[in-house]
Amino acid sequence: MKKNSFYTLSFLIFGSTLLLSTAVLAMPTIDEIVNRTNFAAYYQGQDGKAKVKMTITDKQGRERIRQFVILRSDESTTDSLENNAYKGNQKLYVYFSRPADVNKMVFMVWKQPGGNDDRWLYLPALDLVKRIASSDKRTSFVGSDFYYEDVSGRNLEDDLHELISTDDNYYVIKNTPVNPDLVEFSHYIMYIHKKTFLPIQTEYYDKGGVLYRRNQALKVDTVGGFPTITQSSMENLKTNSKTLMEYSKVSYNLDIPEEIYTERFLRKAPRKLLR
Amino acid sequence: MHKRAALLFLITTQLLAAAYAGPPALPAGVLTDTPVIPIGLGFESSYEPIFANIDENDEVLPIAGFWELRAGLRTQSDSDQQNTSIAESRLQLEIQKEFESFALNFTTDLLYDTVDKQRSIDLEQGKGWLDIREANIEFSPTDLIDVKLGRQILTWGTGDLVFINDMFSKDWNSFFNGRDEEYLKAPSDAIKASFFDTLVNVDLIINPHFDADRYIDGRRISFFNPMLGEMSGQSNLVKTKQAHGSEISLRLYQTVGAYELALYGYNGYWKSPAGVEPATGLSIFPELEVYGASVRGPVSNGIANIEMGYYNSKEDKTGDNPFITNSEFRFLAGFEQELLKDLTIGVQYYLEWLMDYGKYRDSQSSASHHRDKYRHLLTTRLTWLTRNQNMRWSLFGYYSPSDDDGYLRPKVHYKIDDQWSAEIGGNFFMGERKETFFSQFRHNNNLFAAIRYGF
Repeated sequence: MKKNSFYTLSFLIFGSTLLLSTAVLAMPTIDEIVNRTNFAAYYQGQDGKAKVKMTITDKQGRERIRQFVILRSDESTTDSLENNAYKGNQKLYVYFSRPADVNKMVFMVWKQPGGNDDRWLYLPALDLVKRIASSDKRTSFVGSDFYYEDVSGRNLEDDLHELISTDDNYYVIKNTPVNPDLVEFSHYIMYIHKKTFLPIQTEYYDKGGVLYRRNQALKVDTVGGFPTITQSSMENLKTNSKTLMEYSKVSYNLDIPEEIYTERFLRKAPRKLLR
Repeated sequence: MHKRAALLFLITTQLLAAAYAGPPALPAGVLTDTPVIPIGLGFESSYEPIFANIDENDEVLPIAGFWELRAGLRTQSDSDQQNTSIAESRLQLEIQKEFESFALNFTTDLLYDTVDKQRSIDLEQGKGWLDIREANIEFSPTDLIDVKLGRQILTWGTGDLVFINDMFSKDWNSFFNGRDEEYLKAPSDAIKASFFDTLVNVDLIINPHFDADRYIDGRRISFFNPMLGEMSGQSNLVKTKQAHGSEISLRLYQTVGAYELALYGYNGYWKSPAGVEPATGLSIFPELEVYGASVRGPVSNGIANIEMGYYNSKEDKTGDNPFITNSEFRFLAGFEQELLKDLTIGVQYYLEWLMDYGKYRDSQSSASHHRDKYRHLLTTRLTWLTRNQNMRWSLFGYYSPSDDDGYLRPKVHYKIDDQWSAEIGGNFFMGERKETFFSQFRHNNNLFAAIRYGF
């Protein structure tokens, strides 16, 4: 009897410890969620490539297309979150093919979260390498409803993050800007997919607390082991303009040489890599 | 009938009921609009990458280019020029062909020009119905060398519509007449070899035959001819004596942190006429060497640049030859910043310092048209994007406090859709004196409009 009750007791204790620890494991901290999300959205792999098509539809239904190839390399040489693979400097190379007036134009960024990015523009007709002075990251990216910051990522330290609820599928996070004067929103809410940490929906609220801008992930593909949003939309509810962004030919860890992000390859596009 | 009405009623009420039968609204919060799980999450079978539907053929267009119509009028009359400043139809075709180890680039403009009636082709000066902008072969003999051989557009340096170390050909007629800014750059027939190294990168460009600017000769733009002491236009075209020789341009550059540093060298000729041969009265392109340096990088919230160059006028080293331009020291400092969302401002200060000024003054006749020792120039560029960046308002202004003259380039460009665009703009020169740099063009003020179809 005694022995039995001992077993029962130890089983109970062991069992509940197990339960408790799984419960703790299943519930990541807010920082962990935010970091994993930033990793999933912007930092997967050491580098990556995608063909991107943006379809911008204005309120009258008129469509404009932007088509480009984007190359991205991380300064960090690891994918481990402990080693800060979810933030840090990145280099981006964007080679435009459509519309005709931007054909062969190149936009290059040396991204520094927390600082001013270095940006270049190459104009092929003039063989001109231009430095871009823009410092506002919340301006439209190539005339679309996506902001520059939506494409390149927003510095995590610029917002305070709080977990406001969870359900079967999502962690719901409210992000409030540390310096509200720098941005046009009062806060934004992210629905983060629990299993993949992909941001499935992001809702931006204006200073009056009204929802006015919404980003939705429409399609996810797993490429090289990385779940990747391959179709998403950004809607501006105030202007009734909407941009659909479609990714194709996504690939990761291509060993993109660092020299790609220099003046040499602005003037002479690395065509094999861009194919 | 009754049955039908009853059925309709039933369906309507069912639909209404369905519409209102949802769960009671949640308290104001975040879970009212839980997003739908996107395709690819939750359906394990769709984990195979299915790529978005992008037309693969879109990437490699066999032929790209544009067609445009451009027309403009002088806003004052000039007895030595037509009232129409520009009236032309232009078709640009661009073909690029890639092979395993090299690429071919060919860009040509077919022009129907109703102002300059010259139909015979002069590829050097860009006259006639054909203007080949690019015809070159690109290859890399090693991983660290790029070569571009043939007709090409070349640009370097840090100035914005002000050039010190960029000694590549310019087309000032196009610039002042309201053609697209890309036509300020005239093509060069050159060999360009680029060497890349972690310490320093080197660009070496050789033009086997001197490529002059498409300089102001009076054909389209009237100007002050210092040799005649009066205005020259169509009735008195500049006659030049071609320089026979080659040009060498060299650039050493490296990016240190976010700062781009460069050293430059040039050995060739003044690119626009800078002297006269006394025996014949022909305008000449005297020999010239240029040495310079530049730096560009972020400062505060903008981009700053400094560039300088020493122009060694080799045929007048002592500065006492009255028929050849003296040596000069040139300096430029600029800053550009985004003032507000989609509104950018750029300012530059530029200096031309005429060397051996005493000898220059002594060598000139007592005529009053002599240059100042220092020519100061300020420029401003304002760019404002509206209508989802589809409309671009821009104003570029030059003002020289020492010459007391200036030049304004206002322009509005609108992208109607992905193919069509339209623009209107002007070129306005100001100043009282007839001989100063911008003031001499004051009879060439013009307004222009253009429409373009890109493909």
